[in-house]
Amino acid sequence: MKQTEFLNVVLPFQDKLYRLAKRLLVSREEAEDATQEILLKLWSKNESMEKYKNVEAFAMTMTKNFCLDRLKSKQAGNLKLVHSNYTDGNSSLQKQLEAEDSVSWMERIMEDLPEQQKMILQLRDVEQYEFDEICELMDMKPTAVRVALSRARKTVREELIKKHNYGIG
Amino acid sequence: MELGNIEKILEKYFEATATVDEERTLRAYFSQDEVAPHLEQYKPMFNYFSIAKEEKYTKQVPLKPRVNYYKWLSVAAAVVLTFGIYFGNQYQETKRLEQEQAEYAYEETVKAFELLAENFNRGTEKVAYLNEFEEAKQKIYNNN
Repeated sequence: MKQTEFLNVVLPFQDKLYRLAKRLLVSREEAEDATQEILLKLWSKNESMEKYKNVEAFAMTMTKNFCLDRLKSKQAGNLKLVHSNYTDGNSSLQKQLEAEDSVSWMERIMEDLPEQQKMILQLRDVEQYEFDEICELMDMKPTAVRVALSRARKTVREELIKKHNYGIG
Repeated sequence: MELGNIEKILEKYFEATATVDEERTLRAYFSQDEVAPHLEQYKPMFNYFSIAKEEKYTKQVPLKPRVNYYKWLSVAAAVVLTFGIYFGNQYQETKRLEQEQAEYAYEETVKAFELLAENFNRGTEKVAYLNEFEEAKQKIYNNN
């Protein structure tokens, strides 16, 4: 496979990879690095890539696994450095500032979801994947996906109602 | 789209039983400016999903170097090999010439020494006559 061919295959979904990475890793730089890493990995496998019937799903799964690994190692590495008091005060201040903007408010709500729900919500509501695609990607049963999705959406709703009642927005 | 229908889809949405098309209807509804007051609270949620989809990956991925590296490596290897063979042959050639010259010089030297030795030998033959004379002289002395 030539470089231009590869780029044509990758172009339609590389933004999706990036958005998923950013949903999980939050930081823009981290997400960019992760996406680059995934694309380079794909490129190094480009001989065998034609065998995969769905390159997009394959790449999304790779991204998911890569980011989860990344989070795991980051958490392990950060344990020694983070003082809980310090970050607590900082984040509540940040929260107050960001509350004015409903987009960043939503972002914060989604950030607080468990990783699995975060990913499913991202795949369904942002990228509009079908349920069977999500099942395959997440390696989960359809009912489990529905339950997680429903739970995630309800959590978001509750947080939004809370905010609505505070009258901040 | 009538309000009752929207409410129904919204309910299905939160139970995660709505289809992708129905969810698209919801997003379209909430992207309007005018939304029923009791549904106003859901607006940021659906708007956010539409905004989140706009985000693009803008970084360029450096794919080229890896391929070029191998290509140029083989070229460099070929160049080194040809030079090696060329100069290697030349070196062998000069070495062979040197060897020949050294052998020639050795032969010439041996010849020269042989010539010298022959002449020396001729000298000793003449001295042998002198020996004879000495012996004869000794006999005469002894007799006296």
